[in-house]
Amino acid sequence: MSPADLAAVWLTLKLAATTTTVLLLVGTPIAWWLARTRHWAKEALATLVTLPLVLPPTVLGFYLLVLLGPDGPLGRLLQASGLPSLPFTFAGLVVASVIYSMPFVVQPLQQAFEAIGEHPLEAAATLRAGPWDSFFAVVVPLAWPGFMTAAVLGFAHTVGEFGVVLMIGGNIPGETQVLSMIIYNHVEALDHDAAHRLAGGMLAFAFIALLLLNLFRPGRRR
Amino acid sequence: MSIHARFRLPYPAFTLDIDVDLPAGGVTAVFGRSGSGKTTLLRCIAGLEQTLDGSLIVSGETWQDGSYRRPVHQRALGYVFQEARLFPHLSVAANLDFGRRRIAESERRVSLAQVVELLGIAHLLERRPERLSGGERQRVAIARALATSPRLLLMDEPLAALDQARKQEILPYLERLHDELAIPVLYVSHSPDEVARLADHIVLMEDGRAVAQGPLTETLARVDLPLRLGEDVGVVFSGQVLERNAEWHLARIGFAGGEIWVRDGGAGVGRTVRLRILARDVSIARHRHDDVSIMNLLPATIITHAAEDHPALALLQLQVGGTRLLARLTRHSANRLELAPGQQVWVQIKAVALLG
Amino acid sequence: MVSDPAAESGESGESRRARQAGGRPRQRIANRLHAGVLALVLLSTAAAQAAEIKVAVSANFAAPLRKIGVDFEKESGHRIVASVGSTGMFYAQIKAGAPFDALLAADDETPARLEKEGAGVAGSRFTYAIGKLVLWSRTPGFVDDRGEVLRTKAFSHLALADPRLAPYGAASLQVLKALGLLETLQPRFVTAANNTQAYQFVASGNAELGFLALSQVYQDGRITEGSGWIVPQEFYSPLRQDAVLLARARGKPAAEALLKYLRGDKARAIIRSYGYGL
Repeated sequence: MSPADLAAVWLTLKLAATTTTVLLLVGTPIAWWLARTRHWAKEALATLVTLPLVLPPTVLGFYLLVLLGPDGPLGRLLQASGLPSLPFTFAGLVVASVIYSMPFVVQPLQQAFEAIGEHPLEAAATLRAGPWDSFFAVVVPLAWPGFMTAAVLGFAHTVGEFGVVLMIGGNIPGETQVLSMIIYNHVEALDHDAAHRLAGGMLAFAFIALLLLNLFRPGRRR
Repeated sequence: MSIHARFRLPYPAFTLDIDVDLPAGGVTAVFGRSGSGKTTLLRCIAGLEQTLDGSLIVSGETWQDGSYRRPVHQRALGYVFQEARLFPHLSVAANLDFGRRRIAESERRVSLAQVVELLGIAHLLERRPERLSGGERQRVAIARALATSPRLLLMDEPLAALDQARKQEILPYLERLHDELAIPVLYVSHSPDEVARLADHIVLMEDGRAVAQGPLTETLARVDLPLRLGEDVGVVFSGQVLERNAEWHLARIGFAGGEIWVRDGGAGVGRTVRLRILARDVSIARHRHDDVSIMNLLPATIITHAAEDHPALALLQLQVGGTRLLARLTRHSANRLELAPGQQVWVQIKAVALLG
Repeated sequence: MVSDPAAESGESGESRRARQAGGRPRQRIANRLHAGVLALVLLSTAAAQAAEIKVAVSANFAAPLRKIGVDFEKESGHRIVASVGSTGMFYAQIKAGAPFDALLAADDETPARLEKEGAGVAGSRFTYAIGKLVLWSRTPGFVDDRGEVLRTKAFSHLALADPRLAPYGAASLQVLKALGLLETLQPRFVTAANNTQAYQFVASGNAELGFLALSQVYQDGRITEGSGWIVPQEFYSPLRQDAVLLARARGKPAAEALLKYLRGDKARAIIRSYGYGL
């Protein structure tokens, strides 16, 4: 592997780890709300979260690019508030990946929360646990498999994404060039050997990670 | 010291509309058919139902009034659900400790060792809830609620999900609870047996309303209750073991109204016991007859009579010393014996249940 | 700041030099330069002007640029950071403020448009390569050197890039029209999203033959494998690939040096060796 390849691998892992962390922090309250509310806006939000599944990645990337660009409404807002612009930066990759992988994190969490239901929470409340306390002492342990699934799917989906990050990141080596892009570069440069090596490594990594997850999944029956 | 509860909560099937004063001591049974609003009342008191139409004062503390609702977790109560609702990710010991470690040290009046002993679960502490039987689970759930030293223990049909054998396994623990802890209990049930064994007071519910309430003995002896108990109509009162006859395995119990012989239940002389006499087990004679198989014959005065569900039957209320009994007989017999209020008669008691 | 490209490039020129001199060891390693060359570059007097050039390069030119870059970096001390992609995507990104210094496009329209819209430096545009179309099969001897195979029924799929998206696709249609075969062969078309996909259709054997960019199957002056017919230029309008200096690189000598280098003999020889005309 060339140093550029290594840099892309490192950047990909960094991106996937950051994105997964942000997604768990952002996705958990969203999933919690979706799992428990009877608010009229529930279906609207659930649909919104699912939309990235429907939109082709490059299309989503294009809209994000326009939205966050210097003439886009969000881009202007960022500029006006003195924040750095997002496209073609690592932060931009994180924002795009968070949006793109959101359904893969929110859905397993929502399902896990729904499966828990009211009963353990009511029991916890009668045992003096406040809402936050209950969440960490009861919900998190009970929804643990859901959190694991959400984290793995979020991570894997971020590692595997291409269209969105290519568009918003600009495929800049060392800055925004992730693994999927450098594989694409190798293919375009007719360097198929390098492409195969990286793609093969990526597959092996994913296989081992998912295998380990399945082997150590709590409650797994032999 | 009492509990004042007033709630209005409309549901599709019924509207809970209740205004009751409950004693802050002993076991108060909330009794009624399923769907009468018993559980909803309990959940309102716990704060688990979102209603702002109500007020609740427990031992002088306002738990709910107007727009104020004290959050569930700030109410010093214990709640035992129909299904034990143990936390599956925690061992029995950790389940017991869950509520206990969330209250201030100064408020811990019941020790963990005490509840473990009381409910006989010392051998289960290391187990996971999934490895407990239904009865064991419910005992742990009761212990878990008690370990928070609640000012009020709410029990929602804690035996309903159990089979007969498991019920018999738990009832003695509930009786010990009643005898040994000075925690007021609201006990929701639709089982006359459980109520007879455990309750000191009773609130009868029908269609979301409390239709009668009062001390158990008095209330059960009423003939004007709108609630039809059918075969379970009868009275409950307490007495004292005066003598145990080893030869016949019988015990002589003294009560406010005389003495009565029952099967020896093992309670020692001097112990207070609870007796239940069903109306269908009481018959009436104008004169004293010694030539019948029935052992327990007591003089009584007829207070009143009432119609029963079936047109063939009548219910008599009788005064036996300081105790009231109910007797069920056919209207034909009542007519033949020319029974009327104020009349002196003899009651023949076929069976007496000794409730621990 | 972003809305004023001149101001930005002025400032980042400074910081870029500072970075090049001081930090970013990982990126320097990422370069394919040997350590010795690197030391030489750092020690040379030119080090003060050494800079990083961000080039947006059309996918079909990624391989030649890699090769040209090696010599250029050695000679100039500058460093090329190439981003590979499609020309349409680059257009959107440049309009959104992407930090590219130069665009090596797959067509001549996009650079012209960028220049007209002020995103490209006026007068910096030039044709760095002219694409050639090839009819190619991975089977040796399948495609004859006059394209007669198109008149046979010996194949069931003919691959070509989408004519609406890719200039090579449009050129393929022109060729078939000129040969009078468009209607006959249309039912046998398999349309790829871009040249790379068209190549993959044919190289995997799923399509027996297809119209590709010559650069995809050409190296060191010959077709590397299989068989092909290099379509004569008179059958289609020239596939000009233009380069343009982008606004943010205005007055940035390194970027200008690269574009100048592309026009030099050394670079042109490499470009030709990949099957481009000039």
